[in-house]
Amino acid sequence: MSFKITSAVIDPVARKRELTQSASGACVTFEGWVRNHNDADMDVRGRATQGAVADGEAVQALEYEAHASIAEKEGARIIAEARERFAIAAAHCEHRVGKLGIGDCAVWVGVSAAHRGAAFDACRYIIDETKARVPIWKKEHYASGVSSWVNCATKVAG
Amino acid sequence: MIEITARYFAAFRERAGRDTERVTTQARTAAELYDELARRHGFADSLARCKVAVNDELADWNVTLTAGDEVLFFPPVAGG
Repeated sequence: MSFKITSAVIDPVARKRELTQSASGACVTFEGWVRNHNDADMDVRGRATQGAVADGEAVQALEYEAHASIAEKEGARIIAEARERFAIAAAHCEHRVGKLGIGDCAVWVGVSAAHRGAAFDACRYIIDETKARVPIWKKEHYASGVSSWVNCATKVAG
Repeated sequence: MIEITARYFAAFRERAGRDTERVTTQARTAAELYDELARRHGFADSLARCKVAVNDELADWNVTLTAGDEVLFFPPVAGG
């Protein structure tokens, strides 16, 4: 059970292997990938929100920043909460920092459980809470040459 | 008046043009300090959407500040 901030490429096969337990009959994994357009006006549950400045703008690259030690502590709390709420055997979440290109895996969540229901629910819980609570920030670099911190009303001067 | 260290991340760091500064303030809580620094640097995000950590632990905005504290200001998060 762990939560990790990493600057290294995420290896989904290796991470999944670590979830294997003989009592588990289900494994649910989620991968968040870098997409080629801005969608900053969607909240954590996919509902439209107001205030997007660059909706639909072409994205060339993303840059993730985190406060690693606080992120890993808050992430560990989320994993512990998932374990209390759902009947799961193992769970892991890993999030990239640094510059990523289109199609790169930015975040990986994996959960194993005796049965699929708990595995699906816990996986959803972990990614939703991670997006809402963990100190990780995303800067989009657009094809137009400008860049913008996602979700932030504070804009860089000049 | 107390002296604390403020640290800024992501959009806050770029807006303030620095990642850390010493601040002498009359603010009693993290929320009061955010109001003061948001005015000084032009941070536009509401308190409710931001987070604060004091001495490397996430904290409540109403936490009372003590001289020498390191106060970390986190703009709205956007992982995933």
